[in-house]
Amino acid sequence: MNDPLFEFCCRMGDNTLVLGHRVSEWCGVAPVIEEDIALANIALDLIGQTQLWLGLAGEVEDAGRDADALAFHRDVWDFRNLLLVEQPNGDFGQTMMRQFLFDGWHLAMLKGLMTSSHDQIAAIAEKSVKEVTYHMERSSDTVIGLGDGTEESHKRMQDALNVLWPYAGEMFVSDNVDAAMVEAGIAPDPAALRAGFEALLADVLGAATLVRPEDDFAHKGGKNGVRHSEHLGHMLTNMQWLQRAYPDATW
Amino acid sequence: MVVDKTSLETIWAWLDQVPDPEIPVISLTDLGIIRDVAWQGDTLEITVTPTYSGCPATSIINLDIETALRARGIKKLSLKRQLSPAWTTDWLSDAGRKKLENYGIAPPQPAGGPQHCPHCKSPAVEKISQFGSTPCKAQWRCTACLEPFDYFKCI
Repeated sequence: MNDPLFEFCCRMGDNTLVLGHRVSEWCGVAPVIEEDIALANIALDLIGQTQLWLGLAGEVEDAGRDADALAFHRDVWDFRNLLLVEQPNGDFGQTMMRQFLFDGWHLAMLKGLMTSSHDQIAAIAEKSVKEVTYHMERSSDTVIGLGDGTEESHKRMQDALNVLWPYAGEMFVSDNVDAAMVEAGIAPDPAALRAGFEALLADVLGAATLVRPEDDFAHKGGKNGVRHSEHLGHMLTNMQWLQRAYPDATW
Repeated sequence: MVVDKTSLETIWAWLDQVPDPEIPVISLTDLGIIRDVAWQGDTLEITVTPTYSGCPATSIINLDIETALRARGIKKLSLKRQLSPAWTTDWLSDAGRKKLENYGIAPPQPAGGPQHCPHCKSPAVEKISQFGSTPCKAQWRCTACLEPFDYFKCI
Protein backbone atom coordinates (compact mmCIF):
# COMPACT_ATOMS: atom_id res chain seq x y z
CA MET A 1 0.00 0.00 0.00
CA ASN A 2 1.14 3.58 -0.71
CA ASP A 3 1.61 6.00 2.16
CA PRO A 4 -1.94 6.24 3.61
CA LEU A 5 -1.68 10.02 3.99
CA PHE A 6 -0.86 10.36 0.28
CA GLU A 7 -3.79 8.07 -0.55
CA PHE A 8 -6.12 10.08 1.67
CA CYS A 9 -5.13 13.42 0.09
CA CYS A 10 -5.61 11.90 -3.38
CA ARG A 11 -9.07 10.66 -2.40
CA MET A 12 -10.14 14.13 -1.25
CA GLY A 13 -8.55 15.84 -4.26
CA ASP A 14 -9.77 13.33 -6.83
CA ASN A 15 -13.34 13.66 -5.55
CA THR A 16 -13.28 17.43 -6.00
CA LEU A 17 -11.39 17.20 -9.31
CA VAL A 18 -13.67 14.65 -10.95
CA LEU A 19 -16.89 16.23 -9.69
CA GLY A 20 -15.56 19.71 -10.53
CA HIS A 21 -14.88 18.58 -14.08
CA ARG A 22 -18.27 16.86 -14.39
CA VAL A 23 -20.11 19.95 -13.14
CA SER A 24 -18.10 22.19 -15.49
CA GLU A 25 -19.46 20.15 -18.42
CA TRP A 26 -22.70 22.14 -17.92
CA CYS A 27 -20.95 25.42 -18.65
CA GLY A 28 -22.78 27.09 -21.53
CA VAL A 29 -25.53 24.47 -21.82
CA ALA A 30 -27.44 24.61 -18.49
CA PRO A 31 -31.25 25.09 -18.63
CA VAL A 32 -31.17 28.77 -17.61
CA ILE A 33 -28.33 31.25 -17.27
CA GLU A 34 -28.54 31.54 -13.45
CA GLU A 35 -28.12 27.77 -13.12
CA ASP A 36 -25.31 27.83 -15.66
CA ILE A 37 -23.47 30.43 -13.57
CA ALA A 38 -24.21 28.61 -10.31
CA LEU A 39 -22.87 25.31 -11.67
CA ALA A 40 -19.75 27.01 -13.04
CA ASN A 41 -19.15 28.65 -9.63
CA ILE A 42 -19.50 25.31 -7.84
CA ALA A 43 -17.10 23.69 -10.31
CA LEU A 44 -14.66 26.53 -9.68
CA ASP A 45 -14.78 26.04 -5.90
CA LEU A 46 -14.21 22.30 -6.34
CA ILE A 47 -11.26 22.78 -8.70
CA GLY A 48 -9.78 25.32 -6.26
CA GLN A 49 -10.07 22.80 -3.45
CA THR A 50 -8.45 20.22 -5.75
CA GLN A 51 -5.35 22.41 -6.06
CA LEU A 52 -5.07 22.43 -2.27
CA TRP A 53 -5.59 18.69 -1.81
CA LEU A 54 -3.47 17.47 -4.71
CA GLY A 55 -0.82 20.10 -3.90
CA LEU A 56 -0.60 18.62 -0.41
CA ALA A 57 -0.59 15.07 -1.84
CA GLY A 58 2.42 16.04 -3.98
CA GLU A 59 4.23 17.47 -0.93
CA VAL A 60 3.49 14.34 1.09
CA GLU A 61 4.68 12.07 -1.70
CA ASP A 62 7.83 14.20 -2.18
CA ALA A 63 8.54 12.74 -5.62
CA GLY A 64 8.44 15.97 -7.61
CA ARG A 65 4.78 15.77 -8.65
CA ASP A 66 2.64 18.87 -8.15
CA ALA A 67 -1.16 19.22 -8.32
CA ASP A 68 -1.10 19.53 -12.13
CA ALA A 69 1.09 16.45 -12.56
CA LEU A 70 -1.27 14.43 -10.38
CA ALA A 71 -4.38 15.73 -12.15
CA PHE A 72 -3.16 15.38 -15.72
CA HIS A 73 -0.53 12.65 -15.78
CA ARG A 74 -2.22 9.81 -13.91
CA ASP A 75 -4.37 7.18 -15.55
CA VAL A 76 -7.73 5.76 -14.47
CA TRP A 77 -6.35 3.10 -12.11
CA ASP A 78 -4.45 5.75 -10.12
CA PHE A 79 -7.55 7.83 -9.42
CA ARG A 80 -9.05 7.50 -5.93
CA ASN A 81 -12.39 9.28 -6.29
CA LEU A 82 -15.73 7.83 -5.25
CA LEU A 83 -17.72 6.13 -8.03
CA LEU A 84 -20.58 8.58 -7.38
CA VAL A 85 -18.72 11.66 -8.63
CA GLU A 86 -17.62 10.09 -11.94
CA GLN A 87 -21.18 9.18 -12.94
CA PRO A 88 -22.38 11.08 -16.02
CA ASN A 89 -24.39 14.27 -15.56
CA GLY A 90 -27.63 12.84 -16.96
CA ASP A 91 -30.35 15.49 -16.91
CA PHE A 92 -30.22 18.56 -14.67
CA GLY A 93 -32.11 16.73 -11.94
CA GLN A 94 -29.60 13.88 -11.89
CA THR A 95 -26.72 16.36 -11.67
CA MET A 96 -28.36 18.09 -8.70
CA MET A 97 -29.20 14.80 -6.97
CA ARG A 98 -25.57 13.66 -7.36
CA GLN A 99 -24.45 17.02 -5.96
CA PHE A 100 -26.80 16.73 -2.98
CA LEU A 101 -25.67 13.19 -2.10
CA PHE A 102 -22.01 14.18 -2.38
CA ASP A 103 -22.45 17.49 -0.51
CA GLY A 104 -24.07 15.61 2.38
CA TRP A 105 -20.99 13.41 2.77
CA HIS A 106 -18.46 16.10 1.84
CA LEU A 107 -19.68 18.66 4.37
CA ALA A 108 -19.70 16.12 7.22
CA MET A 109 -16.21 14.89 6.28
CA LEU A 110 -14.82 18.46 6.08
CA LYS A 111 -16.34 19.37 9.44
CA GLY A 112 -14.57 16.36 10.93
CA LEU A 113 -11.31 17.35 9.24
CA MET A 114 -11.38 20.84 10.78
CA THR A 115 -10.05 19.31 14.00
CA SER A 116 -7.48 17.14 12.21
CA SER A 117 -4.13 16.56 13.92
CA HIS A 118 -2.57 17.57 10.57
CA ASP A 119 -2.42 21.40 10.44
CA GLN A 120 -2.50 21.74 6.64
CA ILE A 121 -5.48 19.38 6.37
CA ALA A 122 -7.32 21.30 9.09
CA ALA A 123 -6.63 24.56 7.22
CA ILE A 124 -7.88 23.20 3.87
CA ALA A 125 -11.01 21.89 5.62
CA GLU A 126 -11.63 25.23 7.34
CA LYS A 127 -11.44 26.99 3.98
CA SER A 128 -13.52 24.41 2.08
CA VAL A 129 -16.28 24.06 4.66
CA LYS A 130 -17.50 27.61 3.96
CA GLU A 131 -17.78 26.93 0.23
CA VAL A 132 -19.38 23.51 0.65
CA THR A 133 -21.94 24.80 3.18
CA TYR A 134 -23.08 27.10 0.38
CA HIS A 135 -23.17 24.21 -2.13
CA MET A 136 -25.25 22.15 0.30
CA GLU A 137 -27.77 24.95 0.78
CA ARG A 138 -28.36 25.15 -2.95
CA SER A 139 -28.35 21.43 -3.76
CA SER A 140 -30.80 20.57 -0.95
CA ASP A 141 -33.09 23.50 -1.90
CA THR A 142 -33.05 22.36 -5.53
CA VAL A 143 -33.74 18.71 -4.67
CA ILE A 144 -36.70 19.85 -2.56
CA GLY A 145 -37.93 22.31 -5.21
CA LEU A 146 -37.84 19.78 -8.03
CA GLY A 147 -38.89 16.75 -5.96
CA ASP A 148 -41.90 18.59 -4.58
CA GLY A 149 -42.48 20.31 -7.93
CA THR A 150 -44.42 19.19 -10.97
CA GLU A 151 -45.33 15.60 -11.79
CA GLU A 152 -42.54 15.58 -14.39
CA SER A 153 -39.84 17.06 -12.13
CA HIS A 154 -40.85 14.77 -9.27
CA LYS A 155 -40.54 11.71 -11.48
CA ARG A 156 -37.14 12.79 -12.77
CA MET A 157 -35.80 13.37 -9.25
CA GLN A 158 -37.03 9.99 -8.04
CA ASP A 159 -35.48 8.34 -11.11
CA ALA A 160 -32.21 10.19 -10.42
CA LEU A 161 -32.19 9.01 -6.80
CA ASN A 162 -32.87 5.42 -7.89
CA VAL A 163 -30.05 5.52 -10.46
CA LEU A 164 -27.49 7.09 -8.10
CA TRP A 165 -28.37 5.30 -4.87
CA PRO A 166 -26.14 2.23 -5.50
CA TYR A 167 -23.19 4.66 -5.65
CA ALA A 168 -23.98 6.41 -2.35
CA GLY A 169 -22.95 3.56 -0.06
CA GLU A 170 -19.25 3.71 -1.02
CA MET A 171 -18.95 7.08 0.72
CA PHE A 172 -19.35 5.35 4.09
CA VAL A 173 -17.19 2.26 3.57
CA SER A 174 -14.04 2.30 5.71
CA ASP A 175 -10.84 0.54 4.70
CA ASN A 176 -7.23 0.31 5.92
CA VAL A 177 -6.36 3.83 4.67
CA ASP A 178 -9.25 5.22 6.74
CA ALA A 179 -8.17 3.16 9.75
CA ALA A 180 -4.66 4.64 9.52
CA MET A 181 -6.13 8.17 9.30
CA VAL A 182 -8.38 7.58 12.32
CA GLU A 183 -5.48 6.18 14.33
CA ALA A 184 -3.30 9.22 13.57
CA GLY A 185 -6.15 11.59 14.44
CA ILE A 186 -6.06 12.96 10.89
CA ALA A 187 -9.55 12.14 9.63
CA PRO A 188 -12.89 10.84 10.92
CA ASP A 189 -14.02 7.31 10.10
CA PRO A 190 -16.33 7.58 7.06
CA ALA A 191 -18.56 4.84 8.52
CA ALA A 192 -19.24 7.13 11.50
CA LEU A 193 -20.70 9.78 9.15
CA ARG A 194 -23.55 7.53 7.98
CA ALA A 195 -26.01 8.27 10.81
CA GLY A 196 -25.82 12.04 10.19
CA PHE A 197 -26.25 11.45 6.46
CA GLU A 198 -29.38 9.34 7.04
CA ALA A 199 -30.85 12.14 9.18
CA LEU A 200 -30.13 14.66 6.42
CA LEU A 201 -31.73 12.33 3.84
CA ALA A 202 -34.83 11.87 5.98
CA ASP A 203 -35.21 15.68 6.23
CA VAL A 204 -34.54 16.62 2.63
CA LEU A 205 -36.12 13.64 0.87
CA GLY A 206 -39.16 14.01 3.14
CA ALA A 207 -39.58 17.67 2.17
CA ALA A 208 -38.96 16.70 -1.47
CA THR A 209 -41.64 13.94 -1.31
CA LEU A 210 -39.03 11.48 -2.58
CA VAL A 211 -38.60 7.90 -1.38
CA ARG A 212 -35.26 6.58 -0.18
CA PRO A 213 -34.59 3.28 -1.98
CA GLU A 214 -34.72 0.28 0.36
CA ASP A 215 -31.96 -1.80 -1.16
CA ASP A 216 -28.59 -0.62 0.18
CA PHE A 217 -26.47 -2.60 -2.27
CA ALA A 218 -23.39 -0.45 -2.92
CA HIS A 219 -20.94 -0.51 -5.84
CA LYS A 220 -17.37 -0.21 -4.57
CA GLY A 221 -13.93 0.19 -6.08
CA GLY A 222 -13.59 3.94 -6.71
CA LYS A 223 -11.84 5.21 -3.58
CA ASN A 224 -9.35 2.34 -3.60
CA GLY A 225 -8.98 2.45 -7.39
CA VAL A 226 -9.71 -1.25 -7.83
CA ARG A 227 -12.65 -0.88 -10.20
CA HIS A 228 -13.77 2.47 -11.55
CA SER A 229 -16.86 2.57 -13.74
CA GLU A 230 -16.34 2.85 -17.49
CA HIS A 231 -17.25 6.55 -17.35
CA LEU A 232 -14.05 7.80 -15.68
CA GLY A 233 -11.75 6.81 -18.54
CA HIS A 234 -13.92 8.66 -21.06
CA MET A 235 -13.96 11.72 -18.82
CA LEU A 236 -10.17 11.67 -18.42
CA THR A 237 -9.53 11.46 -22.17
CA ASN A 238 -11.49 14.69 -22.43
CA MET A 239 -9.95 16.36 -19.34
CA GLN A 240 -6.35 15.30 -19.95
CA TRP A 241 -6.04 15.40 -23.73
CA LEU A 242 -4.09 18.65 -23.95
CA GLN A 243 -1.45 17.62 -21.41
CA ARG A 244 -1.19 14.23 -23.12
CA ALA A 245 -0.91 15.63 -26.62
CA TYR A 246 1.47 18.41 -25.57
CA PRO A 247 3.09 17.28 -22.29
CA ASP A 248 3.83 20.12 -19.86
CA ALA A 249 2.43 22.74 -22.23
CA THR A 250 1.95 26.10 -20.50
CA TRP A 251 0.68 29.51 -21.51
CA MET B 1 25.33 49.87 1.24
CA VAL B 2 22.54 51.07 3.44
CA VAL B 3 19.46 48.85 3.21
CA ASP B 4 16.50 51.16 3.20
CA LYS B 5 13.59 49.41 4.86
CA THR B 6 10.40 51.24 4.01
CA SER B 7 8.14 51.54 7.05
CA LEU B 8 5.33 49.02 7.31
CA GLU B 9 2.84 51.86 7.53
CA THR B 10 3.97 53.10 4.12
CA ILE B 11 3.75 49.58 2.66
CA TRP B 12 0.17 49.24 3.95
CA ALA B 13 -0.65 52.61 2.39
CA TRP B 14 0.77 51.44 -0.94
CA LEU B 15 -1.23 48.21 -0.78
CA ASP B 16 -4.33 50.27 -0.04
CA GLN B 17 -3.91 51.75 -3.52
CA VAL B 18 -3.89 48.35 -5.28
CA PRO B 19 -7.42 47.71 -6.60
CA ASP B 20 -9.12 44.33 -6.54
CA PRO B 21 -8.86 43.09 -10.16
CA GLU B 22 -12.53 42.04 -10.35
CA ILE B 23 -14.10 44.84 -8.31
CA PRO B 24 -11.65 47.70 -8.87
CA VAL B 25 -13.67 50.12 -6.72
CA ILE B 26 -12.27 48.48 -3.58
CA SER B 27 -8.64 47.88 -2.68
CA LEU B 28 -6.91 44.71 -1.53
CA THR B 29 -6.75 46.06 2.01
CA ASP B 30 -10.49 46.97 1.92
CA LEU B 31 -11.13 43.34 0.98
CA GLY B 32 -9.22 42.18 4.06
CA ILE B 33 -7.10 39.61 2.25
CA ILE B 34 -3.70 41.09 3.19
CA ARG B 35 -3.12 39.37 6.53
CA ASP B 36 0.37 40.54 7.36
CA VAL B 37 3.21 42.72 6.16
CA ALA B 38 6.63 42.16 7.73
CA TRP B 39 10.32 42.50 7.06
CA GLN B 40 12.21 39.22 7.34
CA GLY B 41 15.81 40.44 7.23
CA ASP B 42 15.99 42.43 4.00
CA THR B 43 13.02 40.61 2.42
CA LEU B 44 9.53 42.05 2.57
CA GLU B 45 7.04 39.27 3.31
CA ILE B 46 3.37 39.79 2.41
CA THR B 47 0.86 37.25 3.71
CA VAL B 48 -2.25 36.91 1.56
CA THR B 49 -5.34 34.76 2.10
CA PRO B 50 -7.57 33.72 -0.81
CA THR B 51 -11.23 34.78 -0.84
CA TYR B 52 -12.51 31.58 -2.50
CA SER B 53 -10.17 28.65 -3.09
CA GLY B 54 -10.88 28.61 -6.84
CA CYS B 55 -11.10 32.36 -7.43
CA PRO B 56 -9.17 33.06 -10.66
CA ALA B 57 -8.38 36.56 -9.39
CA THR B 58 -5.98 35.13 -6.78
CA SER B 59 -3.01 34.80 -9.13
CA ILE B 60 -3.71 38.26 -10.61
CA ILE B 61 -3.83 39.71 -7.09
CA ASN B 62 -0.38 38.27 -6.31
CA LEU B 63 0.93 39.67 -9.58
CA ASP B 64 -0.59 43.11 -8.84
CA ILE B 65 0.95 43.20 -5.35
CA GLU B 66 4.33 42.34 -6.75
CA THR B 67 4.08 44.89 -9.58
CA ALA B 68 2.96 47.67 -7.23
CA LEU B 69 5.71 47.08 -4.70
CA ARG B 70 8.47 46.62 -7.27
CA ALA B 71 7.41 49.86 -8.95
CA ARG B 72 8.02 51.60 -5.62
CA GLY B 73 11.50 50.17 -5.28
CA ILE B 74 11.01 47.03 -3.19
CA LYS B 75 13.61 44.57 -4.48
CA LYS B 76 13.31 41.49 -2.29
CA LEU B 77 9.76 40.35 -1.93
CA SER B 78 8.06 37.13 -0.91
CA LEU B 79 4.34 36.32 -1.01
CA LYS B 80 3.00 33.82 1.47
CA ARG B 81 -0.39 32.08 1.17
CA GLN B 82 -2.28 31.61 4.41
CA LEU B 83 -5.46 29.46 4.50
CA SER B 84 -6.25 29.60 8.20
CA PRO B 85 -8.01 31.52 9.62
CA ALA B 86 -10.19 31.36 6.52
CA TRP B 87 -11.19 34.67 4.92
CA THR B 88 -14.50 36.08 6.09
CA THR B 89 -16.48 39.05 4.82
CA ASP B 90 -16.24 40.38 8.40
CA TRP B 91 -12.76 41.53 7.34
CA LEU B 92 -14.18 43.89 4.68
CA SER B 93 -13.41 47.41 5.84
CA ASP B 94 -16.20 49.92 6.53
CA ALA B 95 -14.77 52.10 3.78
CA GLY B 96 -14.89 49.06 1.46
CA ARG B 97 -18.54 48.43 2.30
CA LYS B 98 -19.47 52.03 1.44
CA LYS B 99 -17.50 51.91 -1.81
CA LEU B 100 -19.27 48.66 -2.81
CA GLU B 101 -22.70 50.17 -2.18
CA ASN B 102 -21.88 53.34 -4.12
CA TYR B 103 -20.67 51.14 -6.97
CA GLY B 104 -24.02 49.28 -7.04
CA ILE B 105 -22.99 46.11 -5.17
CA ALA B 106 -24.93 45.49 -1.95
CA PRO B 107 -22.44 44.84 0.88
CA PRO B 108 -22.64 41.58 2.89
CA GLN B 109 -25.04 41.39 5.83
CA PRO B 110 -25.02 38.82 8.63
CA ALA B 111 -28.75 38.25 7.94
CA GLY B 112 -27.70 36.59 4.67
CA GLY B 113 -29.26 39.00 2.21
CA PRO B 114 -28.88 42.65 1.20
CA GLN B 115 -30.23 45.31 3.55
CA HIS B 116 -31.69 47.27 0.66
CA CYS B 117 -31.35 47.95 -3.06
CA PRO B 118 -28.02 49.73 -3.65
CA HIS B 119 -29.72 51.93 -6.27
CA CYS B 120 -33.05 53.14 -4.85
CA LYS B 121 -32.47 51.96 -1.24
CA SER B 122 -35.81 50.13 -1.09
CA PRO B 123 -35.80 47.15 1.30
CA ALA B 124 -38.09 45.26 -1.13
CA VAL B 125 -35.52 42.90 -2.64
CA GLU B 126 -35.59 39.26 -3.76
CA LYS B 127 -32.97 36.67 -4.60
CA ILE B 128 -32.51 35.66 -8.24
CA SER B 129 -29.64 33.23 -7.69
CA GLN B 130 -27.27 32.21 -4.91
CA PHE B 131 -24.37 32.66 -7.33
CA GLY B 132 -23.22 35.48 -9.57
CA SER B 133 -20.59 36.77 -11.97
CA THR B 134 -17.71 36.13 -9.53
CA PRO B 135 -17.39 33.59 -6.68
CA CYS B 136 -17.95 36.34 -4.07
CA LYS B 137 -21.30 37.56 -5.42
CA ALA B 138 -24.96 36.51 -5.71
CA GLN B 139 -27.71 37.95 -7.93
CA TRP B 140 -30.62 39.86 -6.42
CA ARG B 141 -33.34 42.10 -7.76
CA CYS B 142 -35.19 45.12 -6.39
CA THR B 143 -38.97 44.76 -6.62
CA ALA B 144 -39.45 48.54 -6.21
CA CYS B 145 -37.19 49.96 -8.94
CA LEU B 146 -36.93 46.54 -10.71
CA GLU B 147 -33.16 46.82 -11.15
CA PRO B 148 -31.15 43.62 -10.78
CA PHE B 149 -27.99 44.00 -8.69
CA ASP B 150 -25.05 42.08 -7.27
CA TYR B 151 -24.93 41.17 -3.59
CA PHE B 152 -21.57 40.48 -1.97
CA LYS B 153 -22.08 37.06 -0.34
CA CYS B 154 -21.63 36.92 3.43
CA ILE B 155 -19.21 34.16 4.43
